[in-house]
Amino acid sequence: MHIGTFTERPYASLAENEVYRNASFFGVSNKHFDPKVGADLYHRYLDQNVAAEDLGFDVIMLNEHHANPFTMGAVMDVEAAILAARTKRVKIALMGNPLPITDPLRLAEELATIDMISRGRLVAGWVRGAGSEQIANNVNPAYNRERFNEAHDFIQQAWTRPGPWRYEGKHYHYRHVNPWQKPYQQPVPECWIPGLVSPETVIWCAQHRYPYLALATFLEPTMEMWDMYADEAERQGYQAGPENFGYLQKIVVAETEEKAQELGHAWLYGGGQPAFARPEWMFPSGYNTKAATARLAKAFTNPETGDVALASATYSENIDVEAAKRATLATYKGFQDSNQFIVGTPKSVLPKLRHVMETLRPGIFICWHIEGGTVSQEDAMTSLRLLGTQVLPEMRKYAKELGLTSPDEVKPGSRPLPASGKRQPVVGKISRAAQ
Amino acid sequence: MAASEKSAQVGGATLKYLEGGSGAPLLVLHGELGFPGWTDAFEHLSKTRKLIIPLHPGFGVGDRIDWIMNMRDQACFYTRFLQEQSLAPIDVLGFSLGGWIAAEMAVNNAAQFRHMALVAPFGVRPPSGEIRDLFATPTQNYIDASMFDPVGAPELSKLYGEPGPKQYEMWEDARAESARLAWAPYMFNPSLPHLLGGVKGLPTLILWGKDDKIVPASTADVFATAIKGAQVELFDKCGHMPEIEKKDQFLAKLTAFLAQ
Repeated sequence: MHIGTFTERPYASLAENEVYRNASFFGVSNKHFDPKVGADLYHRYLDQNVAAEDLGFDVIMLNEHHANPFTMGAVMDVEAAILAARTKRVKIALMGNPLPITDPLRLAEELATIDMISRGRLVAGWVRGAGSEQIANNVNPAYNRERFNEAHDFIQQAWTRPGPWRYEGKHYHYRHVNPWQKPYQQPVPECWIPGLVSPETVIWCAQHRYPYLALATFLEPTMEMWDMYADEAERQGYQAGPENFGYLQKIVVAETEEKAQELGHAWLYGGGQPAFARPEWMFPSGYNTKAATARLAKAFTNPETGDVALASATYSENIDVEAAKRATLATYKGFQDSNQFIVGTPKSVLPKLRHVMETLRPGIFICWHIEGGTVSQEDAMTSLRLLGTQVLPEMRKYAKELGLTSPDEVKPGSRPLPASGKRQPVVGKISRAAQ
Repeated sequence: MAASEKSAQVGGATLKYLEGGSGAPLLVLHGELGFPGWTDAFEHLSKTRKLIIPLHPGFGVGDRIDWIMNMRDQACFYTRFLQEQSLAPIDVLGFSLGGWIAAEMAVNNAAQFRHMALVAPFGVRPPSGEIRDLFATPTQNYIDASMFDPVGAPELSKLYGEPGPKQYEMWEDARAESARLAWAPYMFNPSLPHLLGGVKGLPTLILWGKDDKIVPASTADVFATAIKGAQVELFDKCGHMPEIEKKDQFLAKLTAFLAQ
């Protein structure tokens, strides 16, 4: 199993009332941003990722969002290039580059550069980008999936087909494709796809034999999606295994339960993780496919009135900040009960982690370790150190015992189907029944 | 509804349209939210005119046409529809986004129209202010912003009052196709004001609510300046949909103009 770390790299000095008042991280004015504070934070997060390598983690994961104090990684590839030079061993997983909003030729060059500087430790990851990314970058959301597919296929070609050649696609056009930056990993870098259990993406991943990394989603829908992946894998003629699946788990570890709970609360900073929660920014025109719109319409219809909640904005300028805070705090215990947050001492978090590992059987496990408005560098480093020294070795034992193979141990998509042609289960049945 | 659905083959694609009423044909081009339903204005007009209302492809009823990627493509598609159905020359009435399509058709070939009435059309950049962003506004909020007084327009709740899942899906379809056609520049074509100057000899009426919060009413001047002889009618205490908020005045001005 690959075990990694991740933080959103928030602009943590933002007063959280600003986020509550705006009912979203996205949209808060950048007048609150101080570049001197930003400089300190970038160094803090870079140092933490370097420390993660020293503590024995296999992967450091970065992400990208724009115009958003929740994540300072708007230019993730720059951070990745620095980490490529400052680390020696870890995989650098970019989860992910939002293809529709980028210039794919430039992206092919950037990623190949990072792969060379790291001498082959890049894990590329492709995403559609949240609705707000389309707005912040002014890229037509109605062509989001078309652009995603076309940019993906173009980049594979740019990396593998000797140039120069000309490209005339639907959304992208190039006179002269001949990048002099080619991936260190041949023919193309390793690739995992992060997602929030969108069925279209899960199926696409299975077809491309890309590992699918579920981003801290609830266990039950995650299992359904992994079954869907495995079914598609069967249609494609292979058996999915742990190497096809990754999971991102929110986790806080401290020396005492009390301290862990105190830090756990920090996760509710600014209203918790649904950072793009206003429908006008989550779902700009055409961002969802017709099938996804139909699913949403059904899911958000009030059975009593027949109204669709997403048809109108819930945001009000007169928001009651204190009431919103109370409502957010009230969710804290429930998130722990459902394993969305695992909070405790090294000893108390291990059985919960084992439960997740047995249930989902992932070959990649990323610990989303604590960052929030009030979390000090010292507390964050303590959590990371305890994870590395006391939790990680035990997780490795579990992984071995449970046969949770990483993509380095078994090439994703290389596992043959049983002679019957019918696939084996990919998720743990016993834990599922126990849920 | 006092109209029947028909379809025609245009450029290898299927165009669905509604036909209702009797009299001289009147082409009606609906707005960015899709066909709104058989409004009181349509009912009134259909007593003396045969309304022909194309359901823009991809706007919730007809399938979208992959190769239509901007408003001029859409306009050329309708020009071909009129030709092949032997409907030109015809009177045209265009609402909002549909007004923009009509204006694009007129700059392609003004002779395909006898009269052109545009109701708060998109298509040109407002001289001051901005066009409200449909693509980052939930539809219900957008409709409310389309009114000077959402509460004081009873027909509004009849048309849009209780959106269920089906209505939501149709709106999302319409918003998506609007985005495909007019994401950027947002809802205008920089060349249109220049080309509108070439529209000559076509009687034109521009109708606008003075309190339009979707497209600032000052935009009417751009059309009136560009199209020689165009008349402008502005309605007091009225938003983006005078056909709903100022129905009687709207119909009086429109029918008088069409009878000229």
